[in-house]
Amino acid sequence: MQRDGREILLEVRDLRTYFFTEDGVVKAVDGVSFHVRRGEILGLVGESGCGKSVTSLSIMRLITPPGRILGGQVLFDGIDLLKLPEPEMVRLRGSRISMIFQQPVSCLNPVFKIGDQIAEVFQVHEGLSRIEGWKRAIELLQMVGIPDPERRAHSYPHELSGGMAQRVMIAMALALGPELLIADEPTTALDVTIQAQILDLMRELQRRMHTAIILITHDMGIVAEMCDRVAVMYAGQIIEEADVRTIFADPQHPYTRGLLGSIPVMGVVKPRLDTIPGTVPNLINLPPGCRFAPRCQARLEHQARLGNRCLEENPPLFHTGPGHQVRCWLYR
Amino acid sequence: MATAELRAEALLTVREESYLLIVWRRFRRHRVALVGAVILLAFILIAVLAPWIAPYDPYAQNLLLKNAGPSPAHWLGTDELGRDVLSRLIYAARISLTVAFVVTLISQTTGALIGAISGYFGGWVDNVIQRVVDFMLTLPLLPLLLTVSALLSDVTLPGLTREWSSVVIIILVLSLFGWMGSARLVRGVVLSLREQTFTEAARALGMSDLQIVIRHMIPNAMAPIIVSATLSLGTVIILEAALSFLGFGVQPPVPTWGNMLNNAQADMWTQPFKAIIPGFCIFLTSLSFNFVGDGLRDALDPRLKR
Repeated sequence: MQRDGREILLEVRDLRTYFFTEDGVVKAVDGVSFHVRRGEILGLVGESGCGKSVTSLSIMRLITPPGRILGGQVLFDGIDLLKLPEPEMVRLRGSRISMIFQQPVSCLNPVFKIGDQIAEVFQVHEGLSRIEGWKRAIELLQMVGIPDPERRAHSYPHELSGGMAQRVMIAMALALGPELLIADEPTTALDVTIQAQILDLMRELQRRMHTAIILITHDMGIVAEMCDRVAVMYAGQIIEEADVRTIFADPQHPYTRGLLGSIPVMGVVKPRLDTIPGTVPNLINLPPGCRFAPRCQARLEHQARLGNRCLEENPPLFHTGPGHQVRCWLYR
Repeated sequence: MATAELRAEALLTVREESYLLIVWRRFRRHRVALVGAVILLAFILIAVLAPWIAPYDPYAQNLLLKNAGPSPAHWLGTDELGRDVLSRLIYAARISLTVAFVVTLISQTTGALIGAISGYFGGWVDNVIQRVVDFMLTLPLLPLLLTVSALLSDVTLPGLTREWSSVVIIILVLSLFGWMGSARLVRGVVLSLREQTFTEAARALGMSDLQIVIRHMIPNAMAPIIVSATLSLGTVIILEAALSFLGFGVQPPVPTWGNMLNNAQADMWTQPFKAIIPGFCIFLTSLSFNFVGDGLRDALDPRLKR
C-alpha cells in the first residue's frame, strides 16, 4: 500500500462509534475515514465533543459501554483491529500502538513509584523481572529528559509536576518503540512554556524512533508547528483533510476558515478575533443536511447558488486538490 | 535550567518522609488505638512464646489435683482434669489468635478479589456476585455457623486428630461466611477507581483486565482492606469463642478461650474467676482489635493530610 511514497501504517475506513444512552443514540463518530503513513504526524483537530477522542479510543478498541463500535475498519499494518481477538489486541496495545492522555498526573497509578510503573510495561510485555525493568525505566527517564533519573524513579505521581508526569507517560508509551502513538491533547493541561518543551520532546523522539503520531488537539498553533497533515473533525465527521501547508494557505470548509479566523495572526491588527456563532449540534438529533449548516455564514452568502441543499442533504467529501478533501456543497 | 534543577533538589529533600512514617504519626495520636495495639502485641508475644512462658504442659492431667483453687504452684488453679488453667489460657491464646488471623487472611483476600472482579467488570458479573453476597448476608450467621459446624463436627481430616480437624474446619467455616463484607467494600472502591484515567491508561499500555484488577485496583483499595481486616479479627475471635463455647467449635482437649469458658460453667458459682478470665481475654482482644481498626481508619484516610 503506497500513497505519496511512504507506506500507509493505519487506515481507518468508515468508522462508526455510537453511544447508546438513555436520552438516545449519540453518534459520536459517524463514518470517519483517514490514514496515517509511517513516521508521519497527523493532526486531528476540532472543538470539544466533536469525536476526536472517541475516534482515538475506537482505534485502540478502548470504548466501553454504553459506547459501541458499530462498523468500519481499522487497518493497522494490514490487520483489521476491529476483528482482532481481545488477547491479541491487549498484546498490541502499548507495544505497537500506544496512547498518551490529557491529564498526565491522573494517568499514573497514585500508589506506585513511577519507576515501578514504567518497569511494569516491560514486565507485562517482555516478561522482564522487576529489577531489569527498573533498569530500563531509568534509561527511559533519561531519554525523556528527566534530571537525576535514578532518584526520580522513586517518586510517586503526586510528587511530579504536570510536565514531568507527561514526560513519564511519554516514556511509558514509547518504551517498546511503537509504530503509532496516539496523543490525545497531550499538552492541553500544561503551562504554555512546558507545552513547548513537551512538544519538542515528542518531535525529537518521533524523528529518532520514526514513530507515526496522531496528534489530537484543538490548538491550530500546535498543528502548524508539529503536523505533516491535518484532518478537521466536526460533529462526528471529518469535514476537511489536507497537508498542513494547504490547510493554512487555502482553508476551504467554512468551519476550518472559522477555526483559523479565531486565532490571532502576528502583524495583523483586528479589532476582535472572529468567532463561529452557535454551538456544536446535539449529536443525538443531528440536522438532516450538512452538520455545520445551522452555524454556516457561507451558506447564507451563497444561498442563491446552493438553495436549500445544505439543510437537506449531508455533503460527501469532494476532492479539491492533491490530498485535499472537503465536505461542503460549495466545492461540488 | 539551573533554577529548575534547584527546585527539583528542594522537592526531593522535602519528601523524604515516607508514607508509613506519616501513617504511624497519625496513628500514634489515637491514644486508645495505641493502648489497643500494645495489648494485642502483648497477647501475640504470649501466644508466640507460649512453650517458654507456660508453667506446665496444657494437656498434662493430674487427677489428684482436680478443680483446685489458686495456689503458688497453680496461679489460676486447675480444671476438672487437673490441668493447669494458666497454661491452658496461654496456649488458648495461640489457637484463638491463629484462627482469627488465618480466617481473616482467607476471607479478606477472597472477599477483596471477588469484590474487585465484581466492581471492575460490572454488568451481569457484578449483578450475579452482588446477589450472592446479598443472599449470604441475609442468612442468620450464628444459627448457620452452628448448623454447619454441627454437620462437620464428626469429620476427621486425613493426617489430623479429631480435635485438630475441628480447628481446620472452624477456620474453613468462618472463612466461608466471612468474605462478604470486604467484597462489598472493595467493590465500592473499585467502582470509583475504574472511572479514573489511570485505569484507561493502563489498558492503553496493554494490560489485561486481570492484571489491572490485581496490580492496580487492589493495591489502591489497600487502606480500607487493612481496616476491614483488623475489625474482622475482633469479630472472628468472638465467633470462634461463641462456637467453641457452645461445643461446636474447637474440640477439647485443644484449649481455646471459648471452650475454657464452657468448661468453667460447672464451677461458675464456686470459682467464678475461671470463667471470668477467659471471658476477659476474649473481651480484651476483640475490643483492642476494634480500637486498632478505628485508629488505622483515621491514620490511613488519604483525605487527611499529615
